Amino acid sequence: MGIYQDITRNGMWKQNPAVAQILGMCPVLAISTSAVNGISLGLATALVMALSNMCSAALRNFIPYEIRIPVFILIIAALVTAVDLAMNAYFHTLYLVLGIFIPLIVTNCIVLARIEAFAAKNETAPATFDGWMMGVGLTAVLGVLGGIRELLGTGQLFSGIEMVIPGTHALQVLPEDYPGFLVAILPPGAFITLGLLVAGKNWLDARAARAAAAAATPAHA
Amino acid sequence: MSQSTALGMSLRNSVAMVIFTLAFTGLMASVYQATKEPIAASAEEEKMKLIGEVLPRGDYDNELLKDFVDIGTPPDLGLREAGRAYRARKEGQPSAVLLEAVAPDGYAGDISLLLAIRLDGRIIAVRVTEQKETPGLGDYVDIHKDKKKDNPWIAQFNDIGFSQVSQADWKVKKDGGRFAYHTGATISARAVTNAVSRAQVYFQANKDRLFATPTGGKL
Repeated sequence: MGIYQDITRNGMWKQNPAVAQILGMCPVLAISTSAVNGISLGLATALVMALSNMCSAALRNFIPYEIRIPVFILIIAALVTAVDLAMNAYFHTLYLVLGIFIPLIVTNCIVLARIEAFAAKNETAPATFDGWMMGVGLTAVLGVLGGIRELLGTGQLFSGIEMVIPGTHALQVLPEDYPGFLVAILPPGAFITLGLLVAGKNWLDARAARAAAAAATPAHA
Repeated sequence: MSQSTALGMSLRNSVAMVIFTLAFTGLMASVYQATKEPIAASAEEEKMKLIGEVLPRGDYDNELLKDFVDIGTPPDLGLREAGRAYRARKEGQPSAVLLEAVAPDGYAGDISLLLAIRLDGRIIAVRVTEQKETPGLGDYVDIHKDKKKDNPWIAQFNDIGFSQVSQADWKVKKDGGRFAYHTGATISARAVTNAVSRAQVYFQANKDRLFATPTGGKL
């Protein structure tokens, strides 16, 4: 079972697509204007990543090495199209929110990166799990990033949730007369906030490393 | 020898590529077929909701959806498929027409519109029904994406027609007209503004026939 724990740790923290690998920035920066948008697109990406890793791993022995990249792209494009159509058909309101960003999952290099780095060399089950956990890791960061930007920018949290879960509504976290901080919602806000998240992760990692080193060193120093 | 190996490899790779392409195209085609009807159904449902937004319930008392004429694909409306005009009547008297139009020149292709036009030529309201404009940039033409909730961009067209703003002025300000647009996202606004203008041209030219044609008839 060790491999699944490793995959989970890699996806959620160590090799997190957004704050460690810094891959797939296009949707991360563009869609993370609110927590709901970020989480919705993150989950759609996670679904595509799980499916594309599964297909690629299952077919890996039939894909000639020289043309693996075009075949991987073909797999991703076909699956994204399928997910796009399925969301349009069965989750129409959510589809309206995410709009153009579903097809853009094709261009998200984290999807191809996980196929090339993991699915092409591993069995189907762990590969599928890897795609899913990487996607969930991305979703977590998109949710936090979107939440911070939304909170700073508008004083609300989870705006737009009524499109996903009817009957619910956004939380007004800061006072009604909060003037809003536009930069947080604009693209620069995405870069700044993501930078702070990456810095925060590095700081936690460094602290953990120091603690581990201190524990390993004999106390008499 | 090496040539035949290279040839063999290209052949093998080409065959593999063709097989993969066929297989995954087949997958896409079958998903497309399977979702075609639900997608059409959800678009239809969305349209019903939208009708309520452009045409207040109090403006008509007939069964709107059963009172239509087939209008085909008039070039002024830009429709891709044969469309219908729905006729609103109050106490038996014609009051407004519900038209669909397509702006073919959006930033990301077609922008579909729904308009309600009063008999006197004034627009009641316009709504974008389908668009793929850039999120956060050009998609403000869709009232649901517009951040100015109290004064949305598309509301500029409410209650005016060519008698209030001449056809020559029915353009975005950048083109010398009267209508505002968001800086950096002119194309979406221009496409919608011009499509609304063309829809009025169509309405003016066909107003009488639109109401004279029997229900279900062809214009």
